[in-house]
Amino acid sequence: MANVANLQTADVKKTKKRSMWVEVARRMAKNKMAMVGLGIIVVLVLLALFADVIAPYEEVVIKQNLSMRLKGPSAEHWLGTDEFGRDIFARIIHGARVSLKVGIVAVGISIFIGGSLGAIAAYYGGKVDNLIMRFMDILLAVPSILLAIAIVSALGSSLFNLMLAIGISSVPSYARIVRASVLSIKDQEFIEAARAIGANDFIIITRHIIPNALAPVIVQGTLGVAGAILSTAGLSFIGLGIQPPAPEWGSMLAGGRAYLREAWHVTTFPGLVIMITILALNLLGDGLRDALDPKLKQ
Amino acid sequence: MNEKLLDIKNLTIHYITDDGVVKAVNGIDIELNKGETLGLVGETGAGKTTTALGIMRLVPNPPGKILSGEITFEGKDLLKLPEGEMRKIRGNKISMIFQDPMTSLNPVMTVGEQLAEVIQIHEGLSNEEAIEKAKKMLEMVGIPGERHTDYPHQFSGGMKQRVVIAIALACNPQLLIADEPTTALDVTIQAQVLDLMKRLKEEFNTAMILITHDLGVVAEVCDKVAIMYAGEIVESASLEDLFEKPKHPYTLGLFGSIPNLEEEVERLNPIKGLMPDPTNLPSGCPFHPRCPKAKDICKIQVPKTTDLGNGHKVRCLIYEGLVEA
Amino acid sequence: MRKYITRRLLMLIPVILGVTFIVFSIMYMTPGDPAQMILGESAPESAVKALREKMGLNDPFIVQYGRFVKNAIMGDFGRSYATKKEVFAEIFARFPATLQLASVGVLVAVLIGVPVGIISATKQYSLFDSVAMLLALLGVSMPNFWQGLMYILLFSVTLGWLPSGGYGSFKHFILPALTLGTSTAAVIARMTRSSMLEVIRQDYIRTARAKGVEEKKVILKHALKNALIPIITVVGLQFGHLLGGAVLTETVYSWPGIGRLLVDAIKQKDTPMVQATVVFIAVTFSIVNLAVDILYAYVDPRIKSQYK
Ligand SMILES: Nc1ncnc2c1ncn2[C@@H]1O[C@H](COP(=O)(O)OP(=O)(O)OP(=O)(O)O)[C@@H](O)[C@H]1O
Ligand SMILES: [Mg+2]
Repeated sequence: MANVANLQTADVKKTKKRSMWVEVARRMAKNKMAMVGLGIIVVLVLLALFADVIAPYEEVVIKQNLSMRLKGPSAEHWLGTDEFGRDIFARIIHGARVSLKVGIVAVGISIFIGGSLGAIAAYYGGKVDNLIMRFMDILLAVPSILLAIAIVSALGSSLFNLMLAIGISSVPSYARIVRASVLSIKDQEFIEAARAIGANDFIIITRHIIPNALAPVIVQGTLGVAGAILSTAGLSFIGLGIQPPAPEWGSMLAGGRAYLREAWHVTTFPGLVIMITILALNLLGDGLRDALDPKLKQ
Repeated sequence: MNEKLLDIKNLTIHYITDDGVVKAVNGIDIELNKGETLGLVGETGAGKTTTALGIMRLVPNPPGKILSGEITFEGKDLLKLPEGEMRKIRGNKISMIFQDPMTSLNPVMTVGEQLAEVIQIHEGLSNEEAIEKAKKMLEMVGIPGERHTDYPHQFSGGMKQRVVIAIALACNPQLLIADEPTTALDVTIQAQVLDLMKRLKEEFNTAMILITHDLGVVAEVCDKVAIMYAGEIVESASLEDLFEKPKHPYTLGLFGSIPNLEEEVERLNPIKGLMPDPTNLPSGCPFHPRCPKAKDICKIQVPKTTDLGNGHKVRCLIYEGLVEA
Repeated sequence: MRKYITRRLLMLIPVILGVTFIVFSIMYMTPGDPAQMILGESAPESAVKALREKMGLNDPFIVQYGRFVKNAIMGDFGRSYATKKEVFAEIFARFPATLQLASVGVLVAVLIGVPVGIISATKQYSLFDSVAMLLALLGVSMPNFWQGLMYILLFSVTLGWLPSGGYGSFKHFILPALTLGTSTAAVIARMTRSSMLEVIRQDYIRTARAKGVEEKKVILKHALKNALIPIITVVGLQFGHLLGGAVLTETVYSWPGIGRLLVDAIKQKDTPMVQATVVFIAVTFSIVNLAVDILYAYVDPRIKSQYK
């Protein structure tokens, strides 16, 4: 009988959850800045998706055309050309592909590894918790960009290794967030109820605990994509990330750096695009945080 | 003794928020003589705290705004005073004890510093003198003086409330506004704190506005009572008149079946229905949707204040002869 | 308090040991033969083999790691493959440049960020607030190295006022410090604002006003001290990161600090240098974190009473 009552609370909890997301969406829609951020990101994603249609990769993005070197913005080349005579706009939208892919996959990796470790630590507690969290402390003792640099240098700089390195370097923050939110709910009634009807640990973690830890992870993840894009650009800028001639925002900056004097546009535009992208993600992340936790907002 | 200290006329305070205008206080009048204690009673959301903040001129702005009224204190209209003058009054001539002692003290300053600060501001004492006086004040509220170097988290709730009282009384104010000074405390401590306040108030001949939900407390401490409903004072009278001859249907409802001074009165929870939404008050008499005696006219006509003599005032159409009792 | 600090310092030992393990493993996995690198591409096979043997590179991983830790405890991180100098001497030669930049950068950032954050919070939704927060948002969204390039474009290339890089005079210092200072200021301003907003609506602030405290004092004395914990946290975090080498900014301005030392070492596969630098950075970072935690106790007596 008691179980039945508990199950009902579990159900109530679920419907409450669903309407919570509707409420969050409503609050997001009201937040103009967040919508601006979302708009920018949608445009960027569309450009990245249709990059090949807008500008063929081999002919425009990769092929050098030395007669067109370092030309300023014009009707034909909106953002000018780079040191090899390639169209900067085309390279930027193909670069968006790389950046978004790295950003999302890297954050996915961090969330998966960090989230699992955090959930396991909180769920089992005791020694397991201690071991995992001390390991996170060790990772945290090295600034994450340096950790990423070290990992890439060990693994070699391929696209996947880059994602892995950036992903691993921010594992600890997700582990901490997820651990904290799991700790705050693991003793609540509806978890007990699930356990009482014989759900095993795996089901409890995936069905009940993860959905509850979702809100802070989404916020951190959005801001994390921004961080990962910045790291990618940074690593590529110092030559440890995406290797030329592949178009990447950071390596475009590195390439244009030597020509600051004669061609300002080569370094200005890719950087501007990075800034706008990060700005948009920050706006979206801030908006999500306010929408998910209205208490924080006045 | 019968010298007028505070005279509030037609005070109106609204909060202008995204979700509408909260009509928290709507044209209230309060009179208070020196040394007198007024009990301000009403359900949650009635506008009691807002009234108190209005007197202190501490209504948070935005969203709050004092729209009209006069608050005459010692012959001066507080609402017309420049901010600098008002500051000299706060904590000095008028003090306030806030609703929740747990959060009323600054967690990163010692209680001694917090006490000494108010003394220094208003009495121009040196640091050492102020600390000395702070210690004396602590002892007066029953806390050993040497604990002045402690921080609030080292004190229990009851002790914190004593500190708050000491801060409020440190400069010997003419008027003390106590906003539910005991609701956050447990019962045994409630009685102690209340006794303490009563004693100190008598000792210093301080006038007091005591805000509370608890008619028992009112009966014990107050000389006069004002009943507040939806931002209006619906009835005000001397303690005896109000307890023995309550007039307004809302007041009657508050007492339920125990309109008797001797019997214990539980917390207010007697009337069916809910407080109206303060952003959307009912037309006519704001109490009419819950009033057992309401007639059609109550929906239209706003009651005026009727003086029943001996300072007993009530706002109800019954006493204007428009509705039968 | 002393006990707490001692305990925290002791807790650093396993963390640093862990860092050495991770760094050692990473470098162990890095392709390339150190012996070959020391001797150069053209060295005879036999010489390389002999050196490998001598360096113990043929020993099992765990033996090599044990030896590394043992030497490290003695303060010996070996010699750089590239310059043949003691790596620690090299690191200490570079550290002042990083320390200068980090300190000035953070100082500038605090001097700008905290007041801006406070004013923004007390005048929420005012024009000042909107403009300041928009700028701060741009500041945190701008990649540091790009910002550096843009400063060079403006101040060196176009206006010709300041050198575009290098180290030595005060003039060399301005642009790197500006770059780090502005972006850090943005982070600090945002944190200060949100922390102050949180504190300003607390009951004890109302109590202070009810005591007749001047508004300026209410903000600077009563509110700020309570808002300080998150502010100190970001300042510490930023300072720690800058001390760990503002790798990118140092690269942009050819600033001879720790960050560039590390990047160069990585590119040259200079294993001892990489290991020592990362360990050094981790130690510095942990010490800054510890300092921040100790500072908490001075700001907040509730935290102090927990440090037993
Ligand atoms: N800062 C504010 N912003 C908007 N509305 C407010 C604010 N403060 C109070 N109100 C509203 O004003 C009305 C009166 O509130 P007030 O705090 O004065 O009530 P109260 O009588 O003191 O209630 P309680 O017994 O719960 O303390 C309420 O409807 C409340 O929601
Ligand atoms: Mg109240």
